[in-house]
Amino acid sequence: MTNSIGEIENTDALFVIGTNTTENHPVIGTFMKKAIRNGAKLVVADPREIELANYADVYLQINPGSNVALLNAMMNVIISEDLYAKEYIENRTVNFEDMKKTILEFSVEEGARICGVEAEDIRKAARIYAEADKAGIYYAMGITQQSDGTNHVKSIANLGMLCGNVGIESGGINPLRGQNNVQGACDLGALPNVYPGYQKVANADMKAKFEKAWNVEGLSDKVGLTIPKIMDGGISGDVKFLYIMGENPMVSDPDLNHIEKAFDNFEFIVVQDIFLSETAEKADVVLPAACFAEKEGTFTNTERRIQRVRKAVNAPGEAKADWEIIDDIMRKMGYENNFNSAKDIMEEIAMVTPQYGGITYDRIEKLGLQWPCPTKDHPGTKYLHKGEFAIGKGKFTAVEYKKPAETVDAEYNLVLTTGRVLYHYHTGTMTRKVEGLNNMVSKSYVEISPLTAKEFKLEDGELVSVSSRRGKIEVNVKITKRIKDHVVFMPFHFAEAAANRLTNAALDPVTDIPEYKVCAVKIEKL
Amino acid sequence: MKKVEISINGKKIEVPSNYTILEAARENGFRIPTLCHDERLKPSGACRMCVVEVEGARSLVTSCSTPVRMGMVIKTNSDRVVNSRKTTLELLWADHNYDCLTCNKAGNCELQDLCYEYDIDPLASPYIKYSTNHVDKTNEFYIFDEDKCILCGKCVRACAELEGVGAISFSQRGHYTHISHPFEKEMLLSDCVSCGTCVSVCPTGALMEKTNNKFRNWDIDKKVTTTCTYCGVGCQLELVVHDNKVVRIDAPADSINKGITCVKGKFGYKFIDRDDRLKMPLIRKRGKLVESSWEEAYDLIVSKMKDTLENHGADSFAALSSARCTNEENYVLQKLFRGVIKTNNVDHCARL
Repeated sequence: MTNSIGEIENTDALFVIGTNTTENHPVIGTFMKKAIRNGAKLVVADPREIELANYADVYLQINPGSNVALLNAMMNVIISEDLYAKEYIENRTVNFEDMKKTILEFSVEEGARICGVEAEDIRKAARIYAEADKAGIYYAMGITQQSDGTNHVKSIANLGMLCGNVGIESGGINPLRGQNNVQGACDLGALPNVYPGYQKVANADMKAKFEKAWNVEGLSDKVGLTIPKIMDGGISGDVKFLYIMGENPMVSDPDLNHIEKAFDNFEFIVVQDIFLSETAEKADVVLPAACFAEKEGTFTNTERRIQRVRKAVNAPGEAKADWEIIDDIMRKMGYENNFNSAKDIMEEIAMVTPQYGGITYDRIEKLGLQWPCPTKDHPGTKYLHKGEFAIGKGKFTAVEYKKPAETVDAEYNLVLTTGRVLYHYHTGTMTRKVEGLNNMVSKSYVEISPLTAKEFKLEDGELVSVSSRRGKIEVNVKITKRIKDHVVFMPFHFAEAAANRLTNAALDPVTDIPEYKVCAVKIEKL
Repeated sequence: MKKVEISINGKKIEVPSNYTILEAARENGFRIPTLCHDERLKPSGACRMCVVEVEGARSLVTSCSTPVRMGMVIKTNSDRVVNSRKTTLELLWADHNYDCLTCNKAGNCELQDLCYEYDIDPLASPYIKYSTNHVDKTNEFYIFDEDKCILCGKCVRACAELEGVGAISFSQRGHYTHISHPFEKEMLLSDCVSCGTCVSVCPTGALMEKTNNKFRNWDIDKKVTTTCTYCGVGCQLELVVHDNKVVRIDAPADSINKGITCVKGKFGYKFIDRDDRLKMPLIRKRGKLVESSWEEAYDLIVSKMKDTLENHGADSFAALSSARCTNEENYVLQKLFRGVIKTNNVDHCARL
């Protein structure tokens, strides 16, 4: 998030797109509702009529994958009706004219047709966002998990800058990060192209910096493989040794039949986890790990705040903290870290990671600090791009709407979109082992609109087969008015009826993010 | 903010003019008991425990909802005030379920503490107990016991003002007033999202977590503040520990999440001490995963690492780090693969 969670309740307008906030980030959802009670306007765009849609001034039930069409149409309204922030654009951005040309070539009516909504509603939504003094955009995987997800994000940035909403309090562009420490994992270099602090591995200066800091020679300057490419590498035989710390790709990754093939082909697999997950069952060695309540450390939340994780109880049996296990292996491989505690590791992190330079356990004992926090006396950063963008001038990028990688045809005639439910978390490794949570939602289902159900002669609760070009599962029908006609939704938590047997591994060319939010399926009666 | 001068129990103090008497008193070290007050909620003046005497006022006033005025002379502990609080407590107790012996809330119950402080005689109640015997157990995570409810309304206000759901409200009037879901239906059928915020704020045992954990509140070993393990909001939680077991999760109000939780953060902790947690390393032998020592597991991993490195090179390795693990762990994992193995094939589930 460019901005902070605490700023939400003081905003004048919220544009919520591609995030089912009250189920996936429930506490942020409560702050959004507070903002609405304080008088903020709300625009919601989602193929499902999520809870926040109940409170929306404008709700746009858009087709999966049509975000860019909506955003461009809204920007067309804002530019045509002269509602954009001219002075801000003049002073703080570049490339506006280029984008403007693309936007004006794309009519609001065309956008409405692609999105499957009324043009007038798009106009209303655009006015609400543009006319507010401070307006924040909030999005999640509905924006990013597209085969051109990078463009969807750029389009969001265009809209934010167009109305001068980036770099101000209670505004901003706010991706809601899905996992407790996905922000931190990215910050600390768990990505194939960057060292900790987003310092590029291909940059010779960075290579030299880390060779010195780690006292090693010959660091690779070749950008590594992303997960989808690692799986391809398993199938081709290029990747032989796979090490997994606390992930469950056998349920979470797209096109699971493909993933299964890769797992059967890796020569050696090591998995560290707290339970024998579907992935751990495929491993050659499984190492027992401590869970969050059994170890020390830090997580970085969606507003970039580094907060403490503290040990409350002992780990079961001989389980160890993940960092201790890795540290042991490094020692046995001949490398000595001299880490005696998680605190020691944070000291090294602060030395090599500019954004974390000022972080110490003492400073975050009570309240976490938000990066960038470069020095020991820096107070942390509440919102980004104040006065000037981190890169100097904010850059508009002309983005054109592109169809999803897979569209419906005569055979696969429904659009599948996937997500989470309130009571479960990701692959359910933890939540499905909590009795109450599992009782609330114990098995998968496919949401379908009353009209579509009628068309396919389906009854509520009926067991059906859902198949895509990649796989087939059996699941119960759940008829609900909350989903758009000819679109179906499935949660992906359930290994025994895994939505990801169906999903498409079509990747965004820049980020390799898979298109989980759109694929074509068919439903057959059993 | 403009300041005003007031006097509390004979001591002159200056406070901002938008303060309530309660805020002024608490900030200056005067204790005033409350049951329905919560700084995060609008004052309601429902419980009458916070009454104080204000010179010139006809009756006692509720300090939580009365703003200070220039020159106010306030007594927080006069006989009149103490007698009023006693009567209030007697009335509450008279209408309360008498099961403090076995109530899980004992030792952590604000009503119990105040009855103790004000010397309420549990057997001397002259009033007739109105019992409903109504306990709603339909929610998966908590129960509502109407006979322990003191109608402070904190749950109603927390549900509406903090959680923004409004699943519960007061129903009926007078002696029959109670907390209810729409149309007097069961909790399970209401809009409740089981966030547990009402359970966190309830001052008595009316709203309590369903639990198999037997522990007394005075036997709690420690409370450990930490960051939730589920989504990216980063809620601060307090893990309540008894006998090396997390037995409850509290939510401190002075945190980024303001003490608000979701169902997973508040109630989703019972995976921690499951029997099927991994406790020993496992090694695949003849197709089956069997228990091994750490040494054996490490030796196998390291020898396989060295073999693979020698025969196939660094880029035949790949590591999946984790958005579920700590910053420190992600750092160390990428350091192993970048610094020791010398490959950048490190990624994690950011995209998934």
